[in-house]
Amino acid sequence: MGALEEPWKLHVLRLLAVVSVPALVLAACGDDDDDAGSTTTGAPAEEQAVGGDITVFAAASLTDAFTELGTKFESEHPDASVEFNFGASSALREQILAGAPADVFASANTSNMDQVIDGGAASDPQDFVTNLLEIAVPAGNRAGVTGLDDFANADLLIGLCAAEVPCGEFGREALANAGVTPSIDTNEPDVRSLLTKIEAGDLDAGIVYVTDVMAAGDAVEGVEIPADDNVVATYRIAALTDAANPDAADAFVEFVLSDEGQEILQSYGFDGP
Amino acid sequence: MKPPRARARRARQQRTPWLILPLAAVALAYVAVPFLALLQRAPWSDLGGLLGRSIVIDALRLSVTTAIAATGLAMLLGIPLAWVLARTRFPGRSVARALVLLPMVLPPVVGGAALLFAFGRRGLLGGPVYDATGFLLPFSVWGVVAANTFVAMPFLVLTVESGLRAADPRYEDAAATLGASRSMIFRRITVPHAGPSIVAGAVLCWARALGEFGATVTFAGNLQGRTQTMPLAVFLALESDRDAAIALSLVLIAVSLAVILPLRDRWLTV
Repeated sequence: MGALEEPWKLHVLRLLAVVSVPALVLAACGDDDDDAGSTTTGAPAEEQAVGGDITVFAAASLTDAFTELGTKFESEHPDASVEFNFGASSALREQILAGAPADVFASANTSNMDQVIDGGAASDPQDFVTNLLEIAVPAGNRAGVTGLDDFANADLLIGLCAAEVPCGEFGREALANAGVTPSIDTNEPDVRSLLTKIEAGDLDAGIVYVTDVMAAGDAVEGVEIPADDNVVATYRIAALTDAANPDAADAFVEFVLSDEGQEILQSYGFDGP
Repeated sequence: MKPPRARARRARQQRTPWLILPLAAVALAYVAVPFLALLQRAPWSDLGGLLGRSIVIDALRLSVTTAIAATGLAMLLGIPLAWVLARTRFPGRSVARALVLLPMVLPPVVGGAALLFAFGRRGLLGGPVYDATGFLLPFSVWGVVAANTFVAMPFLVLTVESGLRAADPRYEDAAATLGASRSMIFRRITVPHAGPSIVAGAVLCWARALGEFGATVTFAGNLQGRTQTMPLAVFLALESDRDAAIALSLVLIAVSLAVILPLRDRWLTV
């Protein structure tokens, strides 16, 4: 039990962050001129010129990798400060289309980015990483899950992401590829809340990203999904049209695509684009 | 010469400070405008089709029944608790009251996580129970009732406690001197006196349970027909089908208003 407690606390905190951020975003909607003029000096996007606050809306599965990326970015640009809003890409998409004050959007799939672009909120998206799916089970795998076939077992407690969010869409695709009709006990609103329930042993198995299994450390074990059934998630990133701080937004996107950024992302289990 | 009290009170009511009315109007508008905006965005022409979907019917049925069950449970346990808080003195009573009110002020998702630690499959109490019997609260309709009760019971306890405090204890004293037993006094004097506050508390509790989201999704999960209540369905529909989300919200608002509106002033000022 002791080994489980630490990650649990972390994830509860994360859960709180995910839930409370939309409220903060709403609260911040009114004060656009808060940091106006702090960086728009007209200079070309030289690294030294980057400063001010940027807000990055990023898929929940990027939580750990982007947090480290943000810290590195801030240390390279001491005048800049990066804030994150992590959540389901589909929820972030809706917030952006509703006018939430974001500078960068990083989506866990292509369709949410496409909808943001169709809505005129972004242009010129770039693929920056790919991710694969993996079955996550609590440490010890008491239920003895060996593959996607076990998801049809009504005696097991099975969780998926909701069909409305990318990991739910991909997970269902993988199950369909394997010809399995799952016996689902819960459709979680995003991948981190699914992972939290698996870590705590409240679920026997769920389909998450490879990177989530890695991030969870000792609290969960991964069971591989064969390449024939697996689904490649392509992540896309773009600076937003209405970014309050476009220079810093572009610089952050460039940093994500740079060798240094890619190295950090790969250390969390992501593959190159 | 002093004027009679009633006239003094009337005179006070007529002298409304000039700032009060506009501020009150802003407060009312602040609550009303978002709902009007929702109405204005509502897909009125498709409403029938949207509301006939199985996901809506399942969620509405589950929300209404679990809110009723949670209110029943909250009354069974909460009325005695309110009585203890109102009528007895014991060390740590203020701590007990703060504890009772905690679920009201905490983010419900914290409550949900705490419920998991207590009643989850590897929880403090849930673990041994599951190992012995295989019974599990999370991911079941009972999990929804448990989450609703946890979050909504404080509304009942608080309302009933203040109702009991406002009641004149001399009636109970009189009944006691006439030889009535303690349980008889509770049933025949205390509960009838606290009646309006019990009704008001139950209604508030039910309405809060109907809207419960954070603790439910964290503790009970989300599955159509089993644990997906209206608020969960609205939340996920917002990401995929906004018209359906608004239609669901309208139903939730209508049901809540139908229950809250009959609450008379006197029930809320017990």
